[in-house]
Amino acid sequence: MHESVIDKAVYVELQETTGAEFVDELVDTFLEEATGMLAELRSARADNHADRFRRAAHSLKANSNTFGAMRLAALARELELKGLDAEPACDTAAIAALEVEYKRAAAALKDLRHG
Amino acid sequence: MADAAARVLIVDDNKVNRLLLSRNVQMQGHRAELAENGRAALEMLRREPFDLLLLDIEMPEMDGFAVLEQLKADPQLRDLPVIVTSSMEGLDSIVRCIELGAEDYLHKPVNPVLLKARIGASLEKKHLRDQQKELVRRFATSEVAQDLQQSGFALGGKRVHASVMFSDIRGFTALVESQSPEETIELLNSYYTLMFDAIRSHGGVVNQMVGDGLMALFGAPLPLDECAGSAVAAALEMIELIEQFNLERAATRKPAIRIGIGIATGDVVAGYTGTQQRATYTCIGDTVNLAARLEEHTKVARRAILIDTETKRALADRVRVETLGAVPLKGKSAAVEIFAVDIGRSG
Repeated sequence: MHESVIDKAVYVELQETTGAEFVDELVDTFLEEATGMLAELRSARADNHADRFRRAAHSLKANSNTFGAMRLAALARELELKGLDAEPACDTAAIAALEVEYKRAAAALKDLRHG
Repeated sequence: MADAAARVLIVDDNKVNRLLLSRNVQMQGHRAELAENGRAALEMLRREPFDLLLLDIEMPEMDGFAVLEQLKADPQLRDLPVIVTSSMEGLDSIVRCIELGAEDYLHKPVNPVLLKARIGASLEKKHLRDQQKELVRRFATSEVAQDLQQSGFALGGKRVHASVMFSDIRGFTALVESQSPEETIELLNSYYTLMFDAIRSHGGVVNQMVGDGLMALFGAPLPLDECAGSAVAAALEMIELIEQFNLERAATRKPAIRIGIGIATGDVVAGYTGTQQRATYTCIGDTVNLAARLEEHTKVARRAILIDTETKRALADRVRVETLGAVPLKGKSAAVEIFAVDIGRSG
């Protein structure tokens, strides 16, 4: 582990500025939406659609940053900046890695939410 | 005023961003409305009034750049303050937003303290702009307001061909001394209403009012085909309106008022003069000075409307004028040919 899955300082600041209850709801919304973003990433890859691919990665990056999911944000940012790879397998592997990290972040966020 | 609740439109294709921004905006005491893409946002902006737009860039359907372009091209919406909130990579996109007229740029995730400061500053600016617009509307004219909106505010002028009119109430000082201040204000209000009507209906623009005097422009800021003819037609209508006004005054045993009008035509430098903080739209040049002198000279010549050679030439024979010959005027080295417009009654 290079760093914790969720940067606590970011998360706590979010709670302090917007209210813990609101952040709980926001986490729920993120968990609902993120599945769609990951699916969109995969389908954009399959359709070879660069714009959609970049936008999905961009959205995921922005939201990860909001909750302090820094590693997830970094992976999403890489995909956003690089765009579609000439070699689809590269993206498929990157998306898989992203999904693994997402699962970790989602679990950590759920813990925080109930913690 | 800037502290009062504002209507803020939040445009973002991402639900988490929308909820978070609207939470921040609401916690600052403002009302938040939401749109999911640029197209939906523009529809809302064109349908109902907003004080501020929080705009995401990366969006499907219509992105933030396109929204900024459309806002800029829309006279109704070009002044709406826009704060771009985005997590776009690179400086280029920020520069592009600012160039397209965005007030400010905040990187996501947006820091609530910064957001509050930027919203406050933007609303304050909008409030001042609205106030200025209202002032311009009330004290300048829709033409000047439009010119300001189209060309933006810049000190400095351009040379235009125009007719300049000066007008004031004869014996006003004596009149003021003979009546209560309230009566004087009431008189001035009626007088200005009538004069504005006459001037406006002939395409003129009142750009200065001092006491009982006013200065009007025909042909600036917007060109007028027959500026001299319009100015004289306005002058004749002003005289006629004053006659009617005097009938009303006579009914309440108030003394009649008389006005004197001077009109000169020629090249003037028109534009905004003053400082960046306070400026007025005006004209300067010999033509302006001449019109002012002609108006003063109406007392001496005992004529209601005096015009210069250029104005007379432009009128051709459509209006009857009386040649008064060359007259020495203050500030003029040579005597100036002046003419009185026949106002269609004796005396």
